[in-house]
Amino acid sequence: MRALVNQRFVTLAILAVVIAVLPLAFPSSYYFRVASLVWVSALAAIGLNILMGQAGQVSLGHAAFFGIGAYAVAIGPTHLGIPPWAALLFGALLSGVLAYLVGRPILRLKGHYLAIATLGLGVLVALVITTESRWTGGPDGMPVERLTLFGWRVSGSYTWYWVTGGLLLIGTWIALNLDETPTGRAFRALHDSEVAAQVVGVDVARFKLQAFVIAAIYASLAGSALAFMNGFINPDQAGFLHSVELVTIVVLGGLGSVVGSIVGAAVLVTLPQALTVFQEYEHLLLGLIIIVAMIFMRNGIVPSLSNLLLRRARS
Amino acid sequence: MAEFLQFLISGLTVGAVYALVALGFTLIYNASGVVNFAQGEFVMLGGMVTVFASAAGLPLPLAALVAIAAAVAIGLMLHRFAIEPARGASAVTLIIITIGASILLRGVAAIVFDKQFHKLPAFTGDTPVDVLGAAVQPQSFWVLGGTAVVVLGLYVFLEHTLLGKAVLATAANRLAARLVGINTTTIMALAFGGSAAIGAIAGILVTPITLTSYDVGTLLALKGFAAAMLGGMGNPVGAVVGGLLLGLLEAFGAGYLSSTYKDAFAFLVILIVLFAAPQGLFGRRVVERV
Amino acid sequence: MSILKATDVGISFGGVKAVDGVSFSVNPGQILSIIGPNGAGKTTLFNIVSGVYVASRGSIHLADEDVTGLAPHKLAARGLSRTFQNLQIFQRMTACENVMVGRHLREKCSLLPALFRTPSVTRQNRETRAASLALLAEVGLKDAADTPAGSLPYGACKRLEIARALAAEPRVLLLDEPAAGCNAVETEEIDHLIKQVADRGVAVVLVEHDMKLVMKISDRILVLERGRPLAEGTPREVRDDPRVLEAYLGQHGAREAARA
Repeated sequence: MRALVNQRFVTLAILAVVIAVLPLAFPSSYYFRVASLVWVSALAAIGLNILMGQAGQVSLGHAAFFGIGAYAVAIGPTHLGIPPWAALLFGALLSGVLAYLVGRPILRLKGHYLAIATLGLGVLVALVITTESRWTGGPDGMPVERLTLFGWRVSGSYTWYWVTGGLLLIGTWIALNLDETPTGRAFRALHDSEVAAQVVGVDVARFKLQAFVIAAIYASLAGSALAFMNGFINPDQAGFLHSVELVTIVVLGGLGSVVGSIVGAAVLVTLPQALTVFQEYEHLLLGLIIIVAMIFMRNGIVPSLSNLLLRRARS
Repeated sequence: MAEFLQFLISGLTVGAVYALVALGFTLIYNASGVVNFAQGEFVMLGGMVTVFASAAGLPLPLAALVAIAAAVAIGLMLHRFAIEPARGASAVTLIIITIGASILLRGVAAIVFDKQFHKLPAFTGDTPVDVLGAAVQPQSFWVLGGTAVVVLGLYVFLEHTLLGKAVLATAANRLAARLVGINTTTIMALAFGGSAAIGAIAGILVTPITLTSYDVGTLLALKGFAAAMLGGMGNPVGAVVGGLLLGLLEAFGAGYLSSTYKDAFAFLVILIVLFAAPQGLFGRRVVERV
Repeated sequence: MSILKATDVGISFGGVKAVDGVSFSVNPGQILSIIGPNGAGKTTLFNIVSGVYVASRGSIHLADEDVTGLAPHKLAARGLSRTFQNLQIFQRMTACENVMVGRHLREKCSLLPALFRTPSVTRQNRETRAASLALLAEVGLKDAADTPAGSLPYGACKRLEIARALAAEPRVLLLDEPAAGCNAVETEEIDHLIKQVADRGVAVVLVEHDMKLVMKISDRILVLERGRPLAEGTPREVRDDPRVLEAYLGQHGAREAARA
């Protein structure tokens, strides 16, 4: 038990140090921007990992909640006169409520049926965003008012690096907290055997729903952060491909591993940036790397590497 | 009436393509348990290779054959180099691999071909045929007829050939199939090849109507997956019915309600169906054994 | 004064009556064994009683409350716990965590304190872990506490399931072949354990193929054949029942046994 508590703080400490030290190696503000993108994607992925990695429920429509968070901070201040920070909270609330309402019937489904239902949900939300152009600017997207907190205007890639880094730390802390609690154990239990979890009294439907709502709120907050940071938002952020990207981050990093989600985000966000030097070969290489990584590290990067290190250490 | 008929035929035409994609999904899923998100890329390859082969001077039928052969080759390679090495990995890992394959194939297509939209000439001219007052593109009949031939061919193959029965046996129980001496690896390769061919045929048939480009695969994979689930995953009849139903929903939804929300009707109905019948329309209800 | 009572329970799958008109009851502290040839419907009966399947006829009463058709987790909350014939352990969790999940109903489980890890959550965690370790010690798995359950041998998993079921502090415990895959010494330990549990006042319903164990510890035995009740009584009565012999050994075998 002690060891586990320590592990939690060690993970957080390492992450904090990485966030703090990384800028020393950044030659330009472009790097701050890319790193902020990693932190934001990681935040959404950590939430999705609670649903997929811990509770074992797949979601192929998670970008919907990301989109709701993003458009809440775009639409709220522009069309409804809500202060940006309140719009962020409102978006998170909306995502949570939507997840709660839809999650009830959807989460009764299993495996591929759950996948297609969540996918359908994602498509529907993206479609509404694309179509209701009076509110959302349609396929072209819309500008987002800058976030102002207590008179402090949050802007610039340097500032956003620290804000998103801070958000990621908090998100990581909460996800790590959850792991070793009755709720976290219930998640992992129903992942391994729903029936066994039920007969010891775990209300499986309730806990699946909790995981879904938590994941939705994470995604929503990440979406809001991205929208504020970019000052602009378009429907792609809520689209199917973004949902797939989030799932890929979680699986590539390692299902069930919080650190894995961060590493997965780092790989999948920086890779396309790095691959742009190969110009037209970018997608080809990205696809190839995903395939090769999943074949040789089928449990994801972090679990596979830590297993390897453990084996090395023993022999 | 004419309007209704118009929607009906255009719905069936689009639905036939979805049905073929769903059939491809089902074939691979049954043989290997893999949900292949690169299925849409087979359709793209069918269209694109035909376009470029015929632009290079090949007559259309020959270009189509080349396209099918190319898709089959890529399907076999997908199995050999991406799925087979990951044998035993979890379902979600395999899905990510096929997503990687889909990105890869799109990337390859963008390089080998280009990023433009392309059109094939309709097989038998563009003069609409009057069907009880509805103006129908002749190509629609090609799509519907072609789909019928593929479905019938697949049915005969599965039910009346030894190899087809081996595919069915593998689908029913992979371990048992292996125990009675069926080489399940060959069956899986066959499923990937066959499913690629089906996808390519869909692409060739529909390109004169819908155009094609390197990235048409994603949306088709999504619709095909939806159709397969609507019918009940793993059930070929369900896949075909699901595909046609999805096409009809879109056509009538777009025609009578709102064209901007045509995709919404399809997915809304899928959600409602799944809430009522969590195993899809034709899926088997399984009692969980504990 | 029975705590668990099944009345005329039946279920069919695709026209096959897997369980057909079975009744039984068990009192606190009593051990009832359900035996019968393979396919007799023992596990199906367990699945009905624990709420995993919904019976197509009959009723289940738990402590005088009609609990027919209640979901498994609601039955668990009313004091019913079980193990599985085909192991259902949480593979990716450690042995200790498996048992800790068993304490789910004994824990306060609210989301917000969990997310922010309040001191009360940490305290409760410590208590749950201590209680779970004690249970692991009881089934002889103390040393395996922090081993991933997926890597434990079969017999250990069987005992882990018992520990997990006991962690819920049930009033009724259903054990599905607890001694399967266990050697003689382990079977002996399980024998002790079941008796201890019954002595604490827990009603135990046991499905088991090890006849020596069944005859030794059961208060009553219910014999099923093809989903139907064949005989019921004390171990002695059941052992001497010619119908039971016939069901197990076939007509020929029964005659041989009678002659012997």
